[in-house]
Amino acid sequence: MINKSLPLLMDQSKKGRKAINLPKYGVPKAELPHSKFLRKEIELPEVAQLDLIRYFTNLSSLNYSIDTNFYPLGSCTMKYNPKINEQISGIPGFSASHPNQIDENVQGNLEIMYDLQNELGEITGLPAVSLAPLAGAQGEYAGLLIAREYHKQSKQDHKNIALIPDSAHGTNPASASMAGLEAVTIKTTKEGDIDLDDLKDKANENIAVLMLTLPSTLGLFEPNILEITKIVHDNGGLVYADGANLNALLGVTKFGELGIDICHSNLHKTFSTPHGGGGPGSGPVMVAKFLEKYLPYPHIKKEGSKFKQYKPECSIGRLNGFYGSFGIILRAYAYIRSLGEGGLREISENAIINANYIQERLKDHYELTSSRRCMHETVLSARRQKKDGVKAIDIAKKLLDEGFHAPTMYFPLIIEEALMIEPTESESKETMDRFIQSMIKISELSKSNPKEIIEAPIHLPVERLDEAQAARNPVLAWKKQ
Amino acid sequence: MTNSPYIPSTDTDKKEMLSIIGANSFKELLNDVPENNLFPSLNLKEALSEQELVEFFELLANNNLSSKLFSSFMGGGAYNHYIPSTVKSMIQRGEFLTSYTPYQPEASQGTLQVGFEFQSMIAQLFDMEVCNAGMYDGPTALAEAALMACRIKRNNSIVVHHSVSEKSLEVIRSYSKWQNIKLINYKDINQKDSSEYGCILVQSPNQFGEIEDVEKLSNEIHNKNGLIVQHTYPVSLGLLKPPGQLNVDISTAEGQPLGVPVSFGGPFIGILTCKKEYIRQLPGRIIGQTVDKNNKVSYALTLQTREQHIRRESATSNICTSTQLIGLMVAVYLATMGPEGIKNIAEICYHRAHFLAAELNKTNNFTLLSSNFFNEFVMKSKAKPSEINELLLKNNIEGGIDVSKDKENKIMFAVTELNSPETLNKTIKLLGENFD
Repeated sequence: MINKSLPLLMDQSKKGRKAINLPKYGVPKAELPHSKFLRKEIELPEVAQLDLIRYFTNLSSLNYSIDTNFYPLGSCTMKYNPKINEQISGIPGFSASHPNQIDENVQGNLEIMYDLQNELGEITGLPAVSLAPLAGAQGEYAGLLIAREYHKQSKQDHKNIALIPDSAHGTNPASASMAGLEAVTIKTTKEGDIDLDDLKDKANENIAVLMLTLPSTLGLFEPNILEITKIVHDNGGLVYADGANLNALLGVTKFGELGIDICHSNLHKTFSTPHGGGGPGSGPVMVAKFLEKYLPYPHIKKEGSKFKQYKPECSIGRLNGFYGSFGIILRAYAYIRSLGEGGLREISENAIINANYIQERLKDHYELTSSRRCMHETVLSARRQKKDGVKAIDIAKKLLDEGFHAPTMYFPLIIEEALMIEPTESESKETMDRFIQSMIKISELSKSNPKEIIEAPIHLPVERLDEAQAARNPVLAWKKQ
Repeated sequence: MTNSPYIPSTDTDKKEMLSIIGANSFKELLNDVPENNLFPSLNLKEALSEQELVEFFELLANNNLSSKLFSSFMGGGAYNHYIPSTVKSMIQRGEFLTSYTPYQPEASQGTLQVGFEFQSMIAQLFDMEVCNAGMYDGPTALAEAALMACRIKRNNSIVVHHSVSEKSLEVIRSYSKWQNIKLINYKDINQKDSSEYGCILVQSPNQFGEIEDVEKLSNEIHNKNGLIVQHTYPVSLGLLKPPGQLNVDISTAEGQPLGVPVSFGGPFIGILTCKKEYIRQLPGRIIGQTVDKNNKVSYALTLQTREQHIRRESATSNICTSTQLIGLMVAVYLATMGPEGIKNIAEICYHRAHFLAAELNKTNNFTLLSSNFFNEFVMKSKAKPSEINELLLKNNIEGGIDVSKDKENKIMFAVTELNSPETLNKTIKLLGENFD
């Protein structure tokens, strides 16, 4: 890693340099539009090609990534992103295929989408699938629109409440609010399970949907799941499952068999598509058969031997310009096809064993939020270390210095000083052992020399940032000095 | 033995870990899962080896027309442009590709500085003060911009100009349906009465490629106390006056034409820019410049109190991606092009498109409907668009989009630097000879 600031491109720019040669017009010049429509100047960097390549390559080396570091970021499922999937998405027959083509000319693409719809339906037990949503949050929004449209068609317009556990991810209430639903919080127990008494109190005829994360954001399987889905159904509501944690459930259990009506899945988590530093993602929505007619469009069906796009009868509408994040859909389908049933089962088995192994090895050093077996991730609390002046964020920063990406911090919100660790199935025992040793060392240091933790990181390209200044005086683009 | 090359644990590793955990079997870890619902069957297609996987997908790709094409005139929201080698090589770097959202800025300065470059170059191209780090795609960026304008003006009426594409409008409907928002046709507005609106949405170049008088619309809506949101085609800004010089308040675009493959419609990136005064209502990720404790220039996600993970149901949006990797492609593209390159590309598109339109207009079959366009235009045709496209396809050319209306044949062609002068001449000859 390099340890000096890399000046921005505009500060490296010199008039007359360029990074590419372009073709000539090759045709006679046409008359230009009226001058009131024409631009005079453009300010963009002028750099030579090598300087450009060196700049971006050096920038890349400032990142931690799955390809370079163990990245146990809880709830983000930072598993290996197979290289073959990148290669497949770059096949020109896919990457150059235009989304405005008629169905007949893109049968290969439509077949892939149709097959992935079916495979995701089989994996989750919710057989009607749309690949349109462009991210988990959009899949979640689609799920809520489906619930709203269903209630509307059933003449249950008064149903306008989304029940959301206090341990939920922030997108849940944000999506509910976009769907015009009132978000009502359900209490959870200290282990993050839904408080059944509170649910019974709040479940009434106005409930449109319960939004549930399974396994929960504490990494635990909701033991009362069957009773919960029954309570909601008895009140005429639907149950939506946030599939962010689906990596724990492949071949373990199916949402559709637990009374769940709607779920989404993040292809960039469970199905290995790269996170790209924060997108592009893809968040297909899966629903029970009786909700199929509400799916977003375009939806793909098969007629005879031909694949066709169509608009479901009571569709909630269009969610993006075209079909969805096709390049991501392609990678996820390649991943599923490279694993099959046996390979997929192994994913969840190994992910769960790995998380329990880390939990077991660290339970004497950090406070556990639950003594139960976890699923694919474990949530520790740094409450004990805090007494010595070391907070979760300090532990996270010290881990960066040790060469590991930090766990998710301060989430779920109901756990004090939370550190959420998700190793995924991709990591070897040796890697996890090194991580465990670092965690134990940090816990010991918090007693013997807390200062060393609080000052971390010192081995990264930058030390701790003044984030308050960034928000107080926002500098959001290059400016001439 | 594991079934997968993606899993390192051996049977011995697993056994050892289970024994430390204190469990006899994997099943013992699943006590909370209802017994009757445990280990369902999965009826999936059989697994393929890496080599078989490539063969399988190559075969499927061959079922797409795109594998045989050498030129395309298809646009309508996604455009074929040349993608420089610099872009293709940089997105393959695993350090960019396989990192997460930069929540730990000390370990993500690469992603963050690239994002800051993206915001800077887009702000310059659009001549707007502020840009976020990226939205899902063009239509969703436009929908979020419309909702943003309504929040700023506390007025839920959106005026939709006829320049806006049908697909974008459909997305706006899905985004606004349950939020008590009223969509009004521009044609139904009385400029003389005193009614007020939240915003007007205009697309220029419009859904049929024509350049709109955005400044005029901007004055009209400002008189009605509303904001103007312009959706644009970013390549056109190499030639045309940018939104920031047209008194536009919020501007959006489909970022795909800036170095991103059409890839059957995604992944793309939505561009969302605005005046600085509206920044607190801007949705999405924003990257800011700051310093570390040694006063070294550094970058971090900022203004996060607008976002869902803090504000929950009161957030500006539920979005939590910035489509960062596509933002990297756009940043490398714009840096590769530079000011001369982007101007040059826009001019090539313009002149080649106008050449094709003028030549086709000379034939008996076609009539050009408007010459005030950038690189996409609609022609009235005697022949059916499907017949035209079939003929072109036989010659491995992807034709235009059928935009026929009311029994009148109309076809829309988009021309970019990828349509060589030779292809243009061949197309003119083919269509001239066969439909005269």
